[in-house]
Amino acid sequence: MQKKTTILQLRNYLVATVQTTLVDQDFITLRDRLVSQVGNSRCTGVVLDVSELDVLDSFCVRTLSDMARMIRLRGADMLIVGIQPGVAFSMAQLGLDLDGVPTALDLDEGLAYLDSKSRRSSGRIPAWH
Amino acid sequence: MALKDSMRPSELPGDNRAGTAESPVTQRIRIDAIPDIVTARQHGRELADRYGFSETQATLIATVISELSRNMVLYAQGGTISLRMAHGNPSVGVVIRAEDHGPGIPNLDRVMMGGYSTSGGLGLGLCGVRRIADEFRIDTQEGKGTTITVTKWSE
Amino acid sequence: MSTSNEKFDSPLSDLELPTAIEPPADRASTAILREIVAHLRQRRAQLLEAWASRISEAGFLTAMSAEEVLEECGAMYDNYLAAVETGSSKSLDSYAHELSERTVTRGVGTHEVVGTVLLLRDVLAKSLYAEYGQNQDNLTRVLGAYGPAASRIATMVAVGFVREHEHIIRQQQEAMRKLSTPVLTIHERLLILPIIGILDPQRARQLTEQLLEAIRSNRAKVVVMDLTGVATMDAPVANNLVQTVGAARLLGAEVIITGVSPELARTLVTIGVDLEKLATVGDLRGGIERAARLLGYKVVPIDETTTDTATE
Repeated sequence: MQKKTTILQLRNYLVATVQTTLVDQDFITLRDRLVSQVGNSRCTGVVLDVSELDVLDSFCVRTLSDMARMIRLRGADMLIVGIQPGVAFSMAQLGLDLDGVPTALDLDEGLAYLDSKSRRSSGRIPAWH
Repeated sequence: MALKDSMRPSELPGDNRAGTAESPVTQRIRIDAIPDIVTARQHGRELADRYGFSETQATLIATVISELSRNMVLYAQGGTISLRMAHGNPSVGVVIRAEDHGPGIPNLDRVMMGGYSTSGGLGLGLCGVRRIADEFRIDTQEGKGTTITVTKWSE
Repeated sequence: MSTSNEKFDSPLSDLELPTAIEPPADRASTAILREIVAHLRQRRAQLLEAWASRISEAGFLTAMSAEEVLEECGAMYDNYLAAVETGSSKSLDSYAHELSERTVTRGVGTHEVVGTVLLLRDVLAKSLYAEYGQNQDNLTRVLGAYGPAASRIATMVAVGFVREHEHIIRQQQEAMRKLSTPVLTIHERLLILPIIGILDPQRARQLTEQLLEAIRSNRAKVVVMDLTGVATMDAPVANNLVQTVGAARLLGAEVIITGVSPELARTLVTIGVDLEKLATVGDLRGGIERAARLLGYKVVPIDETTTDTATE
């Protein structure tokens, strides 16, 4: 099967850019790859760039929020970036909720969000003497 | 684009501009497997673009087609999506008809209340589709199949 | 089992549009029409003049200069004859379209355009009387062919004109709607959206699209939407508002709503809005302060900042 999504490692984050209109099986494949890779590479964050997707229906949204929960259970945060304005409004109109998965405008914003989050959490945890 | 104009067709005794435009289109797309969903929604988006729907509306139409055709693949071993235009005053509409010969939806009322799902999303999807539709009709008969018709107007 | 929001089919959806102006009934009348047209072409200069004077008598087209009227009349005359001759409305139709584009904005009324076409019909009919009047049979045949063709053309011009009129009105409405909802960038990453007037569904949709696009192009993180100028909105529009806020969040921007009127508050509660998902602040000023905090800024008077630096 053609690989439709590239996963890059950037510092301690994984970045996956969904490159084409995914069909359901591709979503599942992507989910499984990310969930497995996130633990192996000791990543603290995953950014999923969906700017190429022209439709996010209830199945996709559910898959994405499930994916985020699985990644959370594996010890990292997942963030979705690049949702197109039209797609965002369709999701809102259809009542499709990402269930608390954070979102950002683009990859740049997404990485900034993860950076500030990890700064905050490392500030709160006292050093191990 | 004559079809976007506001006059009712019956009121145009000698209008040639209207006559040169495309005749009412009906596209039928057979939905058997997941990749057909992508084809169907692309057709819907093209149709919406062609008739002057905004980008946001075209996306909504594509999403509706995606929901309806996915339900047919998941629950009814496939079906057909038909797309055609409706002409009103002053807007145009896309009429999406999803027809299958699957098992029907036995607990329709509960499904339409939202949140109910037999395998991952029927309730949420259908409920949302109904909410955004300008006109919505569902006919379902146990053991015979389901037909859902959704109209979305441009204004 | 069957549920239905509304009747599904629009009554118009199955009507076919007419494919062309009705062609002349038979070959004989085609021949007569050709003959008529040849005659009328020959007398063009004379008839044009008669027509133009009838137009000015009737007080039509006063918004145009005499030369413009003559030029317009010449063009209409030729297109009119072409339509009579071929039974095809094509050239006349596109002419009617151009004519309306030229004249609608200058305040030429529908009655003037239709009146002008009807005057032409009469001027030409009069000339046909004069030419064929001696022979009753001939006259009957000629007018029998000319009459219906002339009526069709008059209807068509009128319809084309009205249609163009409506088209222009719609365009202007669209433009006004855009003008009425400016999206202001008051700070890097902060947009202000003051909404004034009545929010109908079309305007609400447009507002949503404009806002989401503006968030993307300005890379905005916070939007303050001020509704002080909106007394009330109906439930669908209020829903649209809530959905817009949700969509903005998906693009990574927080929307702060300010200036919610008591009525709007009632509507929002009636549609069951989730206040977790809708940040509201009493007035625009408070909204901007909240926005600044979200962006990590503090709004302080200038002398206070100078005192701060002085004490450091």
